[in-house]
Amino acid sequence: MADLLTLDGVSKSFGGLKVIQDFSLSVAPGSRIGLIGPNGAGKTTVFNLITGVYPVTAGRILMGGEDITRLPDWRRARHGMARSFQNIRLMPHLSAVENIMLGQHLRARRWWDQMAPLGLMPRNRWKRDAVAALEAAGLARYADALVYNLPYGVQKRLELVRAAVAGARLLMLDEPAAGLNPTEREELLAHIEGLTSGGTALLVVEHEMGFVRRLCERVVVLNFGQKIAEGRPEEVQRDPQVLEAYLGTGAATGAAADAA
Amino acid sequence: MSGYLAGILALFSINLLLAYAVFLPAAAGMLNLGAAGFMAIGAYVSAYLDVEYGLPLPLCLLAGTAASTVMGCLIAFPILRTRGVYMVLATLAFGEIVAGLLINMEAVGGAAGYPVTSFIDMPAIAALAACGVLLVVYILSTRFGLAMRSIHDDEQATALFGIHVRRVKVLAFTIGAGFAGLAGALYGHHYNYIEVANFNLMLSTYTLLYVLIGGTQTAFGPLVGAAIFSLLPEVLRGSEQWRFVIFAVLIIAVMALRPEGVVTRHGLARLFGRKREAG
Repeated sequence: MADLLTLDGVSKSFGGLKVIQDFSLSVAPGSRIGLIGPNGAGKTTVFNLITGVYPVTAGRILMGGEDITRLPDWRRARHGMARSFQNIRLMPHLSAVENIMLGQHLRARRWWDQMAPLGLMPRNRWKRDAVAALEAAGLARYADALVYNLPYGVQKRLELVRAAVAGARLLMLDEPAAGLNPTEREELLAHIEGLTSGGTALLVVEHEMGFVRRLCERVVVLNFGQKIAEGRPEEVQRDPQVLEAYLGTGAATGAAADAA
Repeated sequence: MSGYLAGILALFSINLLLAYAVFLPAAAGMLNLGAAGFMAIGAYVSAYLDVEYGLPLPLCLLAGTAASTVMGCLIAFPILRTRGVYMVLATLAFGEIVAGLLINMEAVGGAAGYPVTSFIDMPAIAALAACGVLLVVYILSTRFGLAMRSIHDDEQATALFGIHVRRVKVLAFTIGAGFAGLAGALYGHHYNYIEVANFNLMLSTYTLLYVLIGGTQTAFGPLVGAAIFSLLPEVLRGSEQWRFVIFAVLIIAVMALRPEGVVTRHGLARLFGRKREAG
């Protein structure tokens, strides 16, 4: 099947600093891919290049076969991608349910959806839909609370729900499990599996290898802005270059011996 | 109703419309210090059509509003390339340019001012202001309003959900300019005399100030802000020397105690219980 998302030799420099070098990636529809690597490897930058936060310095990005390299961020979103952020970026002055309704935007672009006074119609279908999404995530009781009052774990989950309700073809999660305890992580795993069971492709940046291994069928490893390995999680975990990137020079031989 | 009270209500209604002119961009995170410039355009266009062509009053008001709306849309594009304090300066410059042009325009009296023929009384002004409030409440309740408030909080993240941020900002700024034009047109026909000095930087500054003090999170903030700024000087009129001192102290107190404005969503939620949906 044709790829949903293709990155073809993408590079990004900030001045003389090469943050991403000649990075290629393909995401098939409905597949689940993990993007891992040490801190500062450029994982979030890859997300920012895909979603159009920064323009690329070189290379091409295709979504569903169309070249989106030169499109502005909001147009790329309309090609069916939604994301969450490493550092939470909910709208603090909006309520939880309003944040979710913002996530629905991709599905609500007809003019009457834009013009309907949703705030004055307590039972409109968009709000019901948003509340249902909150309920499914076990967050219904926070629906009307303003976001800046909510605890970190709840905000983290809200971001995931907001990205999920976009109905995107590609869901991009930036460290969804960061700062969660083991119980919350289990819930999150089940939640993400539920969200992507309908054929949504998943691209997830995550540090916790156990989490990635259980969620993703394929893993791409970044180090200093370059792809150093790609494959099934268990293969990648044994790759000497990956071990070196994570544990330092010399660690690879010892750890590989342990693994063997 | 006494003439005094009617006079205050008319002033309050005009201030309220002007407040929404500043509020709509502010709710989407833009600071407009050129409200008086848009107000002047509305006032002079409406007055000119009235005096020179004798058009019916409603038509004059409509034309004044339309003129400032169009001007708002035209200058929104260059101005919205700037942000933060640069946008404040750009809008300030716009207001000064309008004043500079008008004062040299002999067709509308130049520095001598311009007498306006048709009169509009307080009830009509108040009714239009009430319609303005309803329109803003409606705008904020739509997805467009949701996009505005999202942009206020995080422009980049809003764009990543597929919202054309620039279009939303231009529209918010343009509709705001229309409100200022209507306020100006009403001002001219109510006082039957306009001069450039009526629409100076001081007015823009005060309006921005009372919108920020009222709060930019809900449609009710400007209502409270405009009420404070229109009515308080009258309440304090008894102590002639001290009223500006008391006024200043109150403003500083609001800034210190309620930095997000008098009316906040959090405050409304506490006042009316969690169920309330603020406009």
